[in-house]
Amino acid sequence: MPRKLPPKDVVIIGLGWTGSILGYELAKAGLDVVAIERGPWRDTATDFPPGYSQDELRYAVRLDLFLRPDQETLTFRNNMNQTALPIRNFVSFLPGNGVGGAGVHWNGQTWRFLPTDFRLRTHLEQRYGKDALPADMTIQDWPLSYDEIEPFYDRFEKLCGTSGKAGNIKGVKQSGGNPFEGWRSSEYPTPPLKQGLGATLFAEAARKTGHTPFPQPASNMSEAYTNPLGMKLGQCTYCGFCERFGCGNYSKASPQTCVLPALLRFPNFTAQTESEVTRINLDSTGKRATGVTYVDTSGEEWEQPANIVLVCAYALFNVRLMLLSGIGKPYDAQTGQGVVGRNYAYQTTSSVAVILKDKILNPFIATGAHGMIVDDYNGDNFDHAGLGFVGGGYMGMGQTNGRPISTRPVPSGTPKWGARWKKATSETYNRAMSLSTHASSYSYKDCYLDLDPSYRDRLGRPLMRMTFDFHENELKMSAFLTERLAEIAKALDPVELTKNPRKGPYTLNAYQTTHNTGGTVMGGDPANSVLNRYCQSWDVHNVFIPGGASVFPQNHGYNPTDTVGALAYWTADAIKDRYLRNPGPLM
Amino acid sequence: MYRSLATATLLVATCNVTFAQDTQSFDRIERGRYLSVLGDCAACHTAPGGQPFAGGLALQTPFGKLVAPNITPDRETGIGNMTDQEFIAALHEGRGMNGKRLYPAMPYPAYTKMSEEDVLALRAYFATVLPVSNRVIANQLPFPFNIRQAMMFWNTVNFTPGRYRPDPQKSAEWNRGAYIVEGAAHCGTCHTPKTILGGDKNDEALAGAALQGWFAPNITTDSHRGIGAWSKDDLIEYLKTGTNNWTLASGPMAEAVTHSTSRMTDEDISAIATYLKDSGERDSTRKPDPVVAEDNVMRAGAAIYKDSCAACHTDSGTGEVHLFPRLAGSPLVQSGDPTTLVRMVLLGGRAGSTASMPTAPAMPAFDWRLNNAQIAAVLTYVRNSWGNAASAVSSVAVANQRDTGTRR
Amino acid sequence: MKPAAATPSRRVLLTSATAFLFSGTAVARARILNGGMPWEAGTATPPVPVRPGPWMFFTSDEAALIEAAVDRLIPADERGPGGKEAGCAVFIDRQLAGPYGGAAGLYMRPPFMPGASTQGYQSPDTPAARYRQGLKALAGYVRSAFSGKSFSNLDTAQQDEVLTGLESGSIALKDTKGADFFALLLQNTQEGFFADPIYGGNRDMAGWKLVGFPGARYDYRDWVGRHNEVYPLPPVSIMGRAEWTAKE
Repeated sequence: MPRKLPPKDVVIIGLGWTGSILGYELAKAGLDVVAIERGPWRDTATDFPPGYSQDELRYAVRLDLFLRPDQETLTFRNNMNQTALPIRNFVSFLPGNGVGGAGVHWNGQTWRFLPTDFRLRTHLEQRYGKDALPADMTIQDWPLSYDEIEPFYDRFEKLCGTSGKAGNIKGVKQSGGNPFEGWRSSEYPTPPLKQGLGATLFAEAARKTGHTPFPQPASNMSEAYTNPLGMKLGQCTYCGFCERFGCGNYSKASPQTCVLPALLRFPNFTAQTESEVTRINLDSTGKRATGVTYVDTSGEEWEQPANIVLVCAYALFNVRLMLLSGIGKPYDAQTGQGVVGRNYAYQTTSSVAVILKDKILNPFIATGAHGMIVDDYNGDNFDHAGLGFVGGGYMGMGQTNGRPISTRPVPSGTPKWGARWKKATSETYNRAMSLSTHASSYSYKDCYLDLDPSYRDRLGRPLMRMTFDFHENELKMSAFLTERLAEIAKALDPVELTKNPRKGPYTLNAYQTTHNTGGTVMGGDPANSVLNRYCQSWDVHNVFIPGGASVFPQNHGYNPTDTVGALAYWTADAIKDRYLRNPGPLM
Repeated sequence: MYRSLATATLLVATCNVTFAQDTQSFDRIERGRYLSVLGDCAACHTAPGGQPFAGGLALQTPFGKLVAPNITPDRETGIGNMTDQEFIAALHEGRGMNGKRLYPAMPYPAYTKMSEEDVLALRAYFATVLPVSNRVIANQLPFPFNIRQAMMFWNTVNFTPGRYRPDPQKSAEWNRGAYIVEGAAHCGTCHTPKTILGGDKNDEALAGAALQGWFAPNITTDSHRGIGAWSKDDLIEYLKTGTNNWTLASGPMAEAVTHSTSRMTDEDISAIATYLKDSGERDSTRKPDPVVAEDNVMRAGAAIYKDSCAACHTDSGTGEVHLFPRLAGSPLVQSGDPTTLVRMVLLGGRAGSTASMPTAPAMPAFDWRLNNAQIAAVLTYVRNSWGNAASAVSSVAVANQRDTGTRR
Repeated sequence: MKPAAATPSRRVLLTSATAFLFSGTAVARARILNGGMPWEAGTATPPVPVRPGPWMFFTSDEAALIEAAVDRLIPADERGPGGKEAGCAVFIDRQLAGPYGGAAGLYMRPPFMPGASTQGYQSPDTPAARYRQGLKALAGYVRSAFSGKSFSNLDTAQQDEVLTGLESGSIALKDTKGADFFALLLQNTQEGFFADPIYGGNRDMAGWKLVGFPGARYDYRDWVGRHNEVYPLPPVSIMGRAEWTAKE
């Protein structure tokens, strides 16, 4: 029988980006807030100082900062004809862990979605006709417009100090920025990062082939920055140990560098680590949450009552918690009924590897989000008529590292070991670079999450099951984008060029992205969404999922974090301005 | 925090008038509360995680352990039974309840300068604090140091009771600054070098002192080793936020900023700055010739610095304002006594967090990465580069500090 | 009694108010943070340096095989040392003796079933178990194919022949998928060659020197804009480099 603790106004499940933002906003509003995080406390100078943070084996290969599968994992299958098996070792995607979550070790690539992304189905049907979309594609309009979310993108980017060059300020195009982006209310908080040789060459090639390259928006500081909370960030030093690593000199935006010290100053905020929430508890009507139950490291159960429950546990685990807690009707792919777990999507990436002649690229001089990018083929920025697919992505040169365990390209046909391997590795390392495409992953009837019938975690709860594969739409799109990228790459006059378009089936065996989206979709209609436009559960009005990527109806051709952060602020405002005044369903 | 709800009584504030204690007076209590901030009473009398002013914090002195007593108004375990005169005697003369002598861990040699009116305001404030039952055995020194009577002799040599006497040649603001620095804020207790008996060397006031693994720096107007090059605004920013263009407060000073100076009024901070910028004629210590860059130790130090330090402190030693202290031109870096520098490299340090500067950046520990010779080399390099000049640091000194240093 | 400098340290470094949640028995099971960020001087979690010494995982026969194998996977040549001299075998030995070898943190609950290749590794065998089994099977194969010899006694051409056959799957090992074992061995060898020397391999930063990777550096601000210029500083490890020690 769990022991009951004194009640709080708000309990937050997970203390990553969204947990930190909601914690700050609600503690500042005077509420009594507790955040419960199953991982450990993480602190810059203790856990990732610039004395041992630059350790590729420990952090990038052995994944020291990431979630351990034996604490939580999923089962996986490509389609309903297979039996799902456990993901025993994370490879394709790497969920974070600990205070700060993946916000500690992300790259900092900070992208907004396009205005047309927010009304995706309406827009595509209008432009290409209803028949252009496959029957089993379940994309939806978002329940809010770009114009509505724009101020919140702005807020999150100012929290992070994102470096970049605006392409569109209040409708006026700006040279040097992304000509396709939605309008911005202001310039980026810090100027763009300086670019190395590889990105500079790519940008030249992109211009030569008629494209408009621009610097990737980066939450790695191009200069020292003070955010609106008074938090100080330092200048990024291009160390090349960004993704999978904590930042040792306070120059990457993270909950640690942007929020947590200011948040911990509130006496009415408490963080509790190494405590795992196992379920959200509901009252006898099932329409109101009473709080959460969690276990400490010895397995003892506790109950934390609260008036508001915020599910900030990362996209995948948000979905699992909702399923385990019985909130909302679980999606059944056979019947098409239900909503929780529906519309799981991922990201469709590909690459073009080039080897140049007589260049010294110094790939180890890099940040997580530097690079020059071309957005001409993202979203519906180009005419898809006759192409046989919808969707798109950005492409460019943003290689994040030259860490030699993982990054030591060789010409194709080189043996994998021996004297020739050694020679080729030595001669190619500084002349090669990887260009990439990063594209949308639309939702389908048969790509979804539910509870596994067989496998359980260490606490005896069913694992979540992921059923996912790339559809022909995405594979055609990837082939197209890879060709376009290869055309730009040819203008680099490479000695060798290798195209690696995304091919099916989706495999767990190679890292792609940790952009898992969907499962608790936000929408205008409870028939096809789990949350309303304020990220409030349709079923349990005091449960919110403030902006984690599980709320995305589909994934667009950009990294999710900017949208996740924007929606966190959006939800915070909804709670402060609407819900607290009149607790109940907001729609 | 319990506060009296009585109506405020207007106080007539002149130094020479004694008047009946009106402990219900809001003004006096509030003034006492503010004085407790100036005096940073909580630093010792509030244990971490403990109730305010209920004592229990152990102070490690060179002679052994002293525990700060409970100064809440609890009658059995606190000072609820203390009379006003006894309270005054404690701060002005170093005498506790029942006449027992206090150890100068309680900085009565500084508090003696406070006016009686201020001391009584403090008394009034402490009478309103939540009474907490917490029995503290203050004197846990080993024999023979636990004999309080010995303080009688110490006081004879090292202590002159007496109120602060304003200097008519100086402005009211300067005098206010002096009153705070020499009195309630007791800066000299850490920053003034000590005689062999542990009393203040009054002719070297604020010239820096070593205490238990830290060197409280020289805060005189010496331009090489003191704060002579700091502007008044630099000082004000430092006291208010814990950081300025030069450095960030860390260790014991971070605590002093967080709990005391950052909560002072702007006027008082300005007064302190005025006083410190004009605290007497001080011959700047002669700047030595720097150790030459070609020296083998300097070369090693340069390599270590480039690989381990420059990512935060930069190749030119300029650091980053409010984040990584500037080393080039820093008086602390050029201190005669490198204790704090050695400690920072061995164990790291963290800046204080204030409302306007919440980040509290920390320097990581390097004791696991650099051996004694390497720490000596990199500190010698830092002390003698970019225009800096100071004595080399020896690996023996580093070894001593590593072996005897505590983790806290 | 000699009175010493008597200014006591009155300030204890105050960490923020962190408390441990106790319940019945005094075992810390959760950490509660309120009122400030926890921090303590002198705390760091650097990797534990690998020290030279006896094998911690391999038997001497296994070690001989591994040393010979890594020296063919990464042969010595005019570009620099091979895998053996670079310490790759030591690296693998220490890794297998530690959490990596024991598959620490992985989900190892049954049932184990073979799945599609897209579903990832599904065997209950830890890396340590795979090496035990794989080395035993490989040694057995070599004995039978080369008249009782051990791998380290073959000439380099024969050793390469065996490794090539393993890699392609043309050599069948008893109870072991040779190609999978080869892939694991190759991966760990290359990890050892390019990981920080603190882990026992990449001795004298041989792997980093081979490609021109400057190692555990953290500041390239001045070099971002210097396009097409060779980076001039030598590599540095987490434990430093020779230049950190002053010449006598």
